[in-house]
Amino acid sequence: MAQRLTVNKTYKLFIGGKFPRSESGHTAMVMSKNGRPLAAYCKASRKDLRDAVALASGGQAKWSSQSPYLRGQILYRAAEMLEGGAAQVASALQWHGMSPLPARRAVEAAVDTLVHFAGWTDKFQQLSSSVNPVASPHFVFTVPEPCGVVAQIHADRDFEGLVSGMARLLCGGNACISIVGERLAIAASILGEIWHTSDLPAGTMAILTGEVRELAMAAATHRAVDGILGQSLDPEVEKQIQEAAAETVKRLSFQSGGRTDPLEDVLAFQDLKTTWHPVGW
Amino acid sequence: MKEAIEVFKTGVYAPAPERTPVHVAARYGLFIDGAFHEAEAGGSRPVENPATGERLTETAEAGEADVDKAVGAARRAFEKRWSRLPGKERGKYLYRLARLIQERSRELAVLESLDTGKPIRESRDVDVPLAAAHFFYYAGWADKIGHAFAGRAVRPYGVAGQVIPWNFPLLMAAWKMAPALACGNTLVLKPAEFTPLTAMALAGLVQEAGFPEGVINIITGGGEAGAALVGHPGVDKVAFTGSTAVGKAIQRGLAGTGKPYTLELGGKAAHLIFEDAALDEAVEGVVNGIFFNQGHVCCAGSRLLVQEGIYPDFMRRLEHRIGTLVMGDPLDKNTDIGAINNAPQMERISCYLAEAREQGLDVWQGGQAVPERGYWCRPTVVRDAPMSARIVREEVFGPVLAVQTFRTAEEAVEKANNTRYGLSGGVWTDKGSRIFKVGSAIRAGVLWANTFNKFDPTAPFGGFKESGIGREGGWHGLQCWVRTSAKG
Amino acid sequence: MERAAYPIDSVGVAERTKRFQARSIKAESKAGGLLLALTMLDLTTLEGADTPGKVRQLCGKAMTPDPADPGLPRVAAVCVYPSMVRTAARMLAGSGVGVASVATAFPSGQSRLKEKVEEVRFCVEEGAGEIDMVINRGAFHAGEMERVAEEIRLVKAACGEAHLKVILETGELGSLERVREASDLAMEAGADFIKTSTGKISPAATLEVTLVMLEAIRDHYWRTGRRIGMKPAGGIRTAKQALHYLVMVREVLGPEWLCPELFRFGASSLMNDILMQLRKMRTGCYSHPDDLSKE
Repeated sequence: MAQRLTVNKTYKLFIGGKFPRSESGHTAMVMSKNGRPLAAYCKASRKDLRDAVALASGGQAKWSSQSPYLRGQILYRAAEMLEGGAAQVASALQWHGMSPLPARRAVEAAVDTLVHFAGWTDKFQQLSSSVNPVASPHFVFTVPEPCGVVAQIHADRDFEGLVSGMARLLCGGNACISIVGERLAIAASILGEIWHTSDLPAGTMAILTGEVRELAMAAATHRAVDGILGQSLDPEVEKQIQEAAAETVKRLSFQSGGRTDPLEDVLAFQDLKTTWHPVGW
Repeated sequence: MKEAIEVFKTGVYAPAPERTPVHVAARYGLFIDGAFHEAEAGGSRPVENPATGERLTETAEAGEADVDKAVGAARRAFEKRWSRLPGKERGKYLYRLARLIQERSRELAVLESLDTGKPIRESRDVDVPLAAAHFFYYAGWADKIGHAFAGRAVRPYGVAGQVIPWNFPLLMAAWKMAPALACGNTLVLKPAEFTPLTAMALAGLVQEAGFPEGVINIITGGGEAGAALVGHPGVDKVAFTGSTAVGKAIQRGLAGTGKPYTLELGGKAAHLIFEDAALDEAVEGVVNGIFFNQGHVCCAGSRLLVQEGIYPDFMRRLEHRIGTLVMGDPLDKNTDIGAINNAPQMERISCYLAEAREQGLDVWQGGQAVPERGYWCRPTVVRDAPMSARIVREEVFGPVLAVQTFRTAEEAVEKANNTRYGLSGGVWTDKGSRIFKVGSAIRAGVLWANTFNKFDPTAPFGGFKESGIGREGGWHGLQCWVRTSAKG
Repeated sequence: MERAAYPIDSVGVAERTKRFQARSIKAESKAGGLLLALTMLDLTTLEGADTPGKVRQLCGKAMTPDPADPGLPRVAAVCVYPSMVRTAARMLAGSGVGVASVATAFPSGQSRLKEKVEEVRFCVEEGAGEIDMVINRGAFHAGEMERVAEEIRLVKAACGEAHLKVILETGELGSLERVREASDLAMEAGADFIKTSTGKISPAATLEVTLVMLEAIRDHYWRTGRRIGMKPAGGIRTAKQALHYLVMVREVLGPEWLCPELFRFGASSLMNDILMQLRKMRTGCYSHPDDLSKE
């Protein structure tokens, strides 16, 4: 029996609701431990990041104006899609070096994380808002609002962490530009397809695979990026991001594994707005 | 008799100076570990009264060695005393301090006006009572911190390094100190070099209140002292209020240290007046929004956006009202507009106005007489300034209002948000649904609807975008002063 | 350019009035203000128990406020019920103190229009130079604005040469917007003065209500060039309060309005407090209440 030649796919970027190849034309291979090429993915350039940011602000405006209820529906839809595509993601995780069982478990955990954050969309506001008993005849309340376009920079192979980062940002009405290194490139690219079929407004979610350090600095220096979520970054990169991000006073959150509090994670990229109004006849 | 009546009718109000006697020492040392010390290097800096240009006093200039000493004192106080006190006891110290501020309120108000040039009416009715209220509010939180963070374990950071500006010296000290102390932190506070008087008076009250030594340390000095404090490795948490430029430098400097920070920075707030607004009250809001404290207010409503249909009517009312503002001696109870706080700021404001005039912009000023000595700027309105003008884009931090018109709500919101700042905003309209729509569309941390420049210890304050990170005031203000972790 | 009226925010109005109260009026400003307030007084007695004797006493006080200080100015007018007009007019003839009469079924206004107009004519014939009428609140609240305006126009016609002060009875109007609406209506219909209250119901004059009415007067002046007068009445008892009102008039309308032709206080006990303050300024000593006559 003649061996069938497989049709290899090059995994593409996810920008503005579309799947472009990198503007630079660069691609990279995920290799097996013994050096066999497993899958190809596009390497995003700084210009891809620029495009993603430009499209994200429009997407974010739409996304944040949708009802929290609908945002929950869409995150839950993403969970359904990921559950459906679990086998595909799990095999991608195996290309990234995971064993079959942990890969499977990681996808399951990610699905559950999406479900978890789907439930937060219309609750974190209530747990972080206040009516402020001021001493003058005014009604004063404080509510959280999304800070805008946030770049998620993921340098690890923590699939659940990657999905959790996306979910916490989207949950709060932010746009998320995920910058993912080679250690999760293929799995991240598949996530793009999942988000694409979940009714997110175009641009709200972008996935850029490639050189983490280069893209991270492009995001940190981009004046229209409002926040950065760093996951498992090298301390030196973290420091450089912080230095660059100071130029526009970006909101920053750096994590490296470990248990975090989901509510605090959501609120890390929310800004509180206090509104005053007189009370009179 | 007729003459007396004429004086009342047409003249200015007779002088009504606040006469509460105050003590200003010839020289102030650094308040470290419960006592006043000379700076290690022995340096000092003169402090002047901006309304007269006269020298008020001089302060010791803290250097790195002094900062180190202060941080060390705060560390010892944190470890040995303050962190071991039950919240209830910490609260009682804060209550004491609040009470002392109330009891010395007139004296503190006079000191504040002498030092800053702000009208005594403001220091007496706003700065000092609000400062006391902040201490009262957070005193009450000290034994209830756990309730504020349901499901989470909390502990104080340790030693706080706090740097505050010259526009509201006592009030900003209260905003910084009260929540930090309530949460169990000790602190080193550096007031602005132009305005140390009330902070020094506060140090005296701290002694009087019997705070354990080293819990509160107050050091005077300029930018270098501030940088040394913020960068000191023994400082566990940095809190800064001041210019966006310095705030960015602090955020940059803290990169890689893992040290948490809160920043309250500049602003360029838009104040939107819709044609269905309560117009005379809106005029009042605009006046308070930009001329309160000579416009030295980070959340000042420095950009006025008026809907086309009422523009001439609104401007007539506004200019009429500006004509009634009294400028002069900050210690006179009838003064509405005091002195510009310091020489560099005077220079900055003058530059903006000179540039606006060079650009051919319509710069209108009230007819107030300008005193001969000191730093003064008459209330100023720049009409029809283009969005690209520096006077529209940059924070002038003076009594200068840039005015534009708009036709639709969408256009107003777009103009309001067309800035890198996001501290505050104002909207005047009689339509409830529009208040919420416009209010949520404006990207700013404080939104005043049908009012402006209101402050309260229970109401969180802080910026979006480049106006800062973190909140001061209210329950949310506690979050900047504790480390949270999973319970158990 | 001018619109009839804008919404009014009561909290903002209250804040504004606090600014007037925060003005510190000292020394020569205070003396001038107190003397001015004296010249603006409508010294008032509007009791069922009023007698010609009491009215005569009041007139005496109006002409010579404080015998210990003969240099003091006289008050603007004495304000009485129609039945007392003749008595007051005789007492005050040639003194420069005006005679004001309330009319139009004061204080309720609950009478037929014909009788109201008749009453005004009677008062003018008896010697009143100023008529304080009440608006028809029933019609106002029922939305019959034209009827309210027509009554004012007819009363104005009946006044002839007499000045017309239109009492809005702001304590019954329910909101500051309605105060503004009534002010505009009264001015359009021919009022020479607008007046807050009858003094018979509470709240009477407040700084808030007066501010709104002053703003209406200012806008009317800007629109038409016509200066309308203002009279807060009822509840102003202290010299300090009076000074707050004068500060407000100065800052809202300007010094042109600081004269009895355009501003009056409707009050009775205010006068002695002003006189006590003036005595204090003259002698340096605080007075005993019985140092001054009580009418």
